Amino acid sequence: MKNIDSYTHTRGESIYLDDIAEISGTLFGACFDSPVAHGIIKNLDLSEAENMNGVVKIFTHNDIPGRNEIGGIIEDEPLLADHHVHFCGMPIAFVVAETSEHAYAAIKKIKIEIEPLPVITDPRVAKEKNELIIPPRTFKIGDTASSFSTCDYIFEGRADSNGQEHLYIETQGAYTVPLENGAIKIYSSTQGPTAVQRACSKVLAIPMHQLEVDVTRLGGGFGGKEDQANAWAALSALATYCTKRPVKYILNRMEDMRMTGKRHPYSSDFKIGLNKELKIIAYEVVFYQNAGAAADLSPAVMERTLFHCTNSYFIPNVNATAYSCRTNLPPNTAFRGFGGPQGMFAIECAIAKAAAELKIDASEIQKINLIKTGDEFVYGQIAASEANECWQKAEQLYDVEKLQAEVRKFNSENGLFKKGIAIQPICFGISFTKTLMNNARSLVHVYSDGSVNISTGAVEMGQGVNTKILQVAQSIFSIPAEHIKVNSTNTFRIANTSPSAASATADLNGKATLLACNAILTRLKIVAAEALKSDPEKIELKNEFVFADRKKSEITWKQLVSMAFVKRVNLSEHAHHATPDIHFDATKEKGHPFAYHVYGTAILTATVDCLRGTYEFDSVKVVHDFGQSMNEIIDRGQCEGGIVQGIGWMTMEEIIYGKEGKLKSNALSTYKVPDVYSAPKEIAIHFLETKNNSLAIFNSKAVGEPPLMYGIGAYFALRNAVLAYNPNSVIPYDAPMTPEKVLLSLHQGK
Amino acid sequence: MIKFILNDKEITTAESPGLVLLDFIRYHKNLKGTKIGCREGDCGACTVLVGELIDGELRYRSATSCLMAIGNANNKHIVTIEGINMSGLNPIQQAMSDEGATQCGFCTPGFVMSLAGFCLSDKEATEKNVIASIDGNICRCTGYKSIERAAILVNELLRNRNTQSSEQYAVKNKLLPEYFLNIKERLQNLIANNPITNNKITNNPITNLGGGTDLYVQKHDTMKDAEINFLFDNKKLKGIFIDGNNCFIGASCTVTDLMESKIIEKYFPHFAQYSKLVSSTPIRNIATLAGNFVNASPIGDFTIFFLSLNTQLILSDGTNKREIALRNFYKGYKSIDKKPEEYIEQFYFPLPDEGTKFNFEKVSKRTHLDIASVNTAMQIKIVGDKISGAIISAGGVFAFPKYLENASNYLSGKNISEENILGAIEMAQKEIAPISDARGSEEYKRLLLSQLIKAHFIVLFPDKILANELI
Repeated sequence: MKNIDSYTHTRGESIYLDDIAEISGTLFGACFDSPVAHGIIKNLDLSEAENMNGVVKIFTHNDIPGRNEIGGIIEDEPLLADHHVHFCGMPIAFVVAETSEHAYAAIKKIKIEIEPLPVITDPRVAKEKNELIIPPRTFKIGDTASSFSTCDYIFEGRADSNGQEHLYIETQGAYTVPLENGAIKIYSSTQGPTAVQRACSKVLAIPMHQLEVDVTRLGGGFGGKEDQANAWAALSALATYCTKRPVKYILNRMEDMRMTGKRHPYSSDFKIGLNKELKIIAYEVVFYQNAGAAADLSPAVMERTLFHCTNSYFIPNVNATAYSCRTNLPPNTAFRGFGGPQGMFAIECAIAKAAAELKIDASEIQKINLIKTGDEFVYGQIAASEANECWQKAEQLYDVEKLQAEVRKFNSENGLFKKGIAIQPICFGISFTKTLMNNARSLVHVYSDGSVNISTGAVEMGQGVNTKILQVAQSIFSIPAEHIKVNSTNTFRIANTSPSAASATADLNGKATLLACNAILTRLKIVAAEALKSDPEKIELKNEFVFADRKKSEITWKQLVSMAFVKRVNLSEHAHHATPDIHFDATKEKGHPFAYHVYGTAILTATVDCLRGTYEFDSVKVVHDFGQSMNEIIDRGQCEGGIVQGIGWMTMEEIIYGKEGKLKSNALSTYKVPDVYSAPKEIAIHFLETKNNSLAIFNSKAVGEPPLMYGIGAYFALRNAVLAYNPNSVIPYDAPMTPEKVLLSLHQGK
Repeated sequence: MIKFILNDKEITTAESPGLVLLDFIRYHKNLKGTKIGCREGDCGACTVLVGELIDGELRYRSATSCLMAIGNANNKHIVTIEGINMSGLNPIQQAMSDEGATQCGFCTPGFVMSLAGFCLSDKEATEKNVIASIDGNICRCTGYKSIERAAILVNELLRNRNTQSSEQYAVKNKLLPEYFLNIKERLQNLIANNPITNNKITNNPITNLGGGTDLYVQKHDTMKDAEINFLFDNKKLKGIFIDGNNCFIGASCTVTDLMESKIIEKYFPHFAQYSKLVSSTPIRNIATLAGNFVNASPIGDFTIFFLSLNTQLILSDGTNKREIALRNFYKGYKSIDKKPEEYIEQFYFPLPDEGTKFNFEKVSKRTHLDIASVNTAMQIKIVGDKISGAIISAGGVFAFPKYLENASNYLSGKNISEENILGAIEMAQKEIAPISDARGSEEYKRLLLSQLIKAHFIVLFPDKILANELI
């Protein structure tokens, strides 16, 4: 089944935040943000700006009726700076005016004096100064200290991975509309409607039931709108609260890039020990997470780095410590993979380093250390592993030996171009690592005409969750898709939602929808059984008809609904699903945090132009564990999109902050994401069907985040190509592998 | 008054001619299918089609509406996504839908418009060409593979087009709505009733506006109210022709005009290959060459290109003209030898003769649709086995587009050898002064320039150079 939005998407008729019909009297916002990364505000002069034509009001922290606080996990983030600024781009004042032009003109007239304070941009420096968001955490299994002494080989090194701009094509924003009795309707481009509701409630000091957050869809999220949509909604809601007028604030691209956080840059130190058989015996790693100026989601991101510090390998002795380091950058936040990719990058660097030193291919180490069913992860969960199945299938299906031989042959015959190949296995745990968030609700109405309306907590942002939810209802009721509508996500219909994140949205909301549909179905079956003088257990619905005892009756879906309505049977259901069996004890750092894991293996091949330092990706060949995919078009799309986004992170996407904490890659002209030509020429995806995933909706494993991590292999494929040209090049493990780094490495020492 | 056809409707507006088309479409005409992604021509979410009569024939090209003044829409047909909607999905939309080529959907109308533009162009229907039509569209969700599959389906739709006019074929095959058939006639009527006057506005300060691809990025918020001298459609500033031994190019010629010119193709057979490295289809469709020169970016691709061709500029203030060599035009960073009231009217370069070879190189973080880290061009003339003259230019290595005079002179009279190439590189390294910025460190830019000078010789003289050793 195709994405149900594809009709309106391709016609330009889908409604995003800025497409909502404007109510007359709407005001427009603009934000004045800090030009300095760290300092004390000595003077803020709004007088000239306030007198500008069209300006209605300028808000500062003094105008906030509730608490000047939007921090989700830790309350450490003011909505509007009071006397301190902690990063360039930190909101200080919010102008609302009759037009957007008026608001932006006023921004230019705001004057500020800031006494600068020392700026930290490096997480290792922050750690030295004890600038930590939370106390460090350590995940342990076995005993690394004693087991290193039994290792035949020990290698140490450092791995750095840079941040990543989400670059959702629809920028952040909010549109807030006053309702009666002080209530406010908030249209927000958010992955977390409840987070927006909560933040606005705190800022305005009004109960959550006064705040109706409504989300039709996002023009991309990727984690960037999980927590960081809150500020813009809160600013607009504040202005609506005070002016009693609708207020719209949509960030322009440069504001969005400089004011919002990104994927966390990490710097890590690793030490890996192996025996002669290349079994990894021990692994120690210290992660320095660059959290930015406030906690945001950093503690949770850091936790997932620890969960995934051994990727898809079994290592009996591990000691992994992570520091969440406070720097003067915009608070970094969720981004597809949520800390997992950074943890996985470090172990892959450790393996690559060991392989380089031992003069073998990294895949030799990767392969024999893949986690098996029954092995224990560092956090105590016992693996039900598909890692070996994926690897072996990829080896056979794509004939890895032949691919490797072709690369060697090419390299021996070509001087100007070199190829590099890398194999990238992945393992990703599915569930919010915070157990309490693993729940969702669905509200299903069957109307008297037989049409069905579904509301859940899931936010559609391109991942196709609404299509999958519709498929759930369709399969239970056995009616055509046209009879079913999936509604906007709305906090007045579905309360206390978890954000659409952690790849778990379709699982959680799909399962809740399944429960709701089944409850209605059960009631309908009783009605049908009465009419057909049968037993409810013998009633089935198939293709819009009621079947009794496997025999088709005359009763259609619509008639059945009508009969139930007449009999005053409840045709609505609000169901709640909470993932069973998961738990985690943070005092011991042990438990069973994930409903299941997703596995896969990718083979990436790159060609480097050794004269110019440019490169292309020839192919990415994947065997991915989809469980039993409920929608191959959508799942393939998630896989392809994740791979290219991951390759972008590892290659051309380079976040650059100056020493003074100012973002230099602050526009699309200086921050490059993959275009059609930089996507790999071939992406082959084999669907490995695995069973027994009952915690996934219809046994269909979550697919949002895991494929991104195939992109990590892009770094190593490029590295291998460079080394084929210049075997003596000393290349730091420092992603992204930009054309600059490639060229400098190619010609190092020449 | 500005008049144009917006989709199926004639528009007359008294809005400021500097108003950007994107805002006019979305906020004045409430056509919300055209999306705002970046407002700097880098994402393609706002792509529209621009139809105009060229020598009596209707021609469509794509454009990023975020960089186009409504003044530049005058007497044209502007097509938004709403203008290609029919009852049900058209085959372009159907292909995108069938292949799952739309996820969040925000970039989708832009992709659909680029593909519609391909259907309306007279480009040969090949997979390479149809993919090239979406080179200005960024999608953050799909990883492009599904979009490629859809594009290939669209290409199949055009297989049997043969010699039919593209709009007739598109309408006949129900790719696009029927009203496209009458556009040519409607534009003729529109133009007849709305003659373009090239009267210069005398109020200072005047902003000379070409395609707007730079001004609307740099001065987005002031352009709406600027007094604009519209140069883009000025017929005097158009045309590519040969006069004597020189090739003359109108200042308002776009990159696409160059790409489609038979003259350019004849003298620069690899021109399409070079220009593919420069921005994207919708930008090349509206970016003018004079704009590239006047912008004075140290990294302007076509400035570097034309520098090595010994190009002369003809400047005019409306009455008086003067000539200046492009290599003398730059005085410092973003500083040019031009009075505010002057604009470039035309430029010319001596036609390369036999034995003259040319190459252009560019490396950027992303190969396509990106600003160069370093770019360079070389024109070199060989007599016998000696270099009788060479002109090497380079961008990204100096405060302005740099003619590498010493390196060029060094080569004169020498034969092509590894030693001499390295000698020229050594000279070049002494006359450049790159700075570290978002496009690369100084160290990188110096190395890259050396490599790209080597690349000139490796590309142009494969028989005389042992590439594996020179590299």
